[in-house]
Amino acid sequence: MSHYTLDARNTLCPMPVIKTQNKIAELQADDTLEVTCTDPGALSDIPAWCRINGHLVVSMQENDDEVIIVVQVVS
Amino acid sequence: MSTQRKAVALISGGLDSLLAARLMLDQGIHVEGINFYTGFCVEGHTHAIRKQDKAKPKRNNALWSAEQLGIKLHIIDIIDEYKDVLINPKHGYGANMNPCLDCKIFMVSKARQWMEENGFDFIITGEVVGQRPMSQRKNLLPVVVRESGAIDRLVRPLCAKNLAATLPEREGWIDREKLKDFSGRNRKPQMALAAEFGFEDYATPAGGCCFLTDKNYSDKLVDLWQARNTKDYELDDIMLLKVGRHLRPQPHYKLIVSREEGENKFLKGYKKQFPSIEIESHSGPLTLLDGELSEDDFLFAARIAARFSQGRDADKVTAKITRSNGDEQIVDITPLPSSEIKDEWYI
Repeated sequence: MSHYTLDARNTLCPMPVIKTQNKIAELQADDTLEVTCTDPGALSDIPAWCRINGHLVVSMQENDDEVIIVVQVVS
Repeated sequence: MSTQRKAVALISGGLDSLLAARLMLDQGIHVEGINFYTGFCVEGHTHAIRKQDKAKPKRNNALWSAEQLGIKLHIIDIIDEYKDVLINPKHGYGANMNPCLDCKIFMVSKARQWMEENGFDFIITGEVVGQRPMSQRKNLLPVVVRESGAIDRLVRPLCAKNLAATLPEREGWIDREKLKDFSGRNRKPQMALAAEFGFEDYATPAGGCCFLTDKNYSDKLVDLWQARNTKDYELDDIMLLKVGRHLRPQPHYKLIVSREEGENKFLKGYKKQFPSIEIESHSGPLTLLDGELSEDDFLFAARIAARFSQGRDADKVTAKITRSNGDEQIVDITPLPSSEIKDEWYI
């Protein structure tokens, strides 16, 4: 089980989702991916993508400028 | 035991593709969605940038559709490949810079490729005969079939009864009698079908799903090509066309002036790529500069930028000019009077 990070800042919906989708395709079950975004739309889109594809949102944080979402890969 | 047939559905996030996929699911077909991102999709962009829109709920409608349907959705970045479709459309443009027919052919062609690579049997779209002036005219639907290479593996469940039977219908994978015969611009049949399926909160985009159908956006794109003397673009270029006021006081440069705090934040992300102007002495917008500017141009641009600041009526405003190499210059300038901001500068 490994932890990875993904910089999706300064990209707009749906690029944060596409980047997340493509990165997760390279990972193994139980790996975690920490995605940093500046598009607040990621707060709804990445969890929606995870629900559709059966992955787990471990945490979501939002401050003034950034959104950080941690996703756990489910096999 | 019969073979489980599989269809890939083009999911735009609109009602028609949602209904088309649902009709196939109801016939026992395994459906997965595919959504192509060209860079020009309206989905979410401006709402994500502008602070005043932050109170509105945000969602990606293609993901929402997939969730309603209980299907997987594959979102595919086709930004680079799409350039050729936009720059050299074989079938031309619509009312603006929208190459709708070429776009549909390209997307169905990509879906066909995906279908073949992933062992699926056919393709579904939400097209309705006569609904759109360019890509859904009855005489043009066969062009999509032919030029995409999908041939008779392209099913349009909402209007299939108005068209020749496709392979899935002829082979009995799906029941043609359960498909629809919608046509024209009347949306009532789709709305009635949505009610029948219990879909309530579906997207109804007033201006379509693509920025290229928008005149203002198309004008900015044409201006960009003319100014650079080449029909080319990068993703950042086309994203920036969606943000701020664009003014071109001289053919060789333009200003992108943010209109509010959300746009200011978004444009800050581009400060390392473009020269910029920030008003130091008063509240004001961040301005990016696109082009090759002389020293005089920078000062003139700063006067324009100051016009959009709280210091617009002051005798003197202090501005920070940041060059492409990161060098900063503090200047005192007089905001350009509004009477000298020419209407034709606005793109």
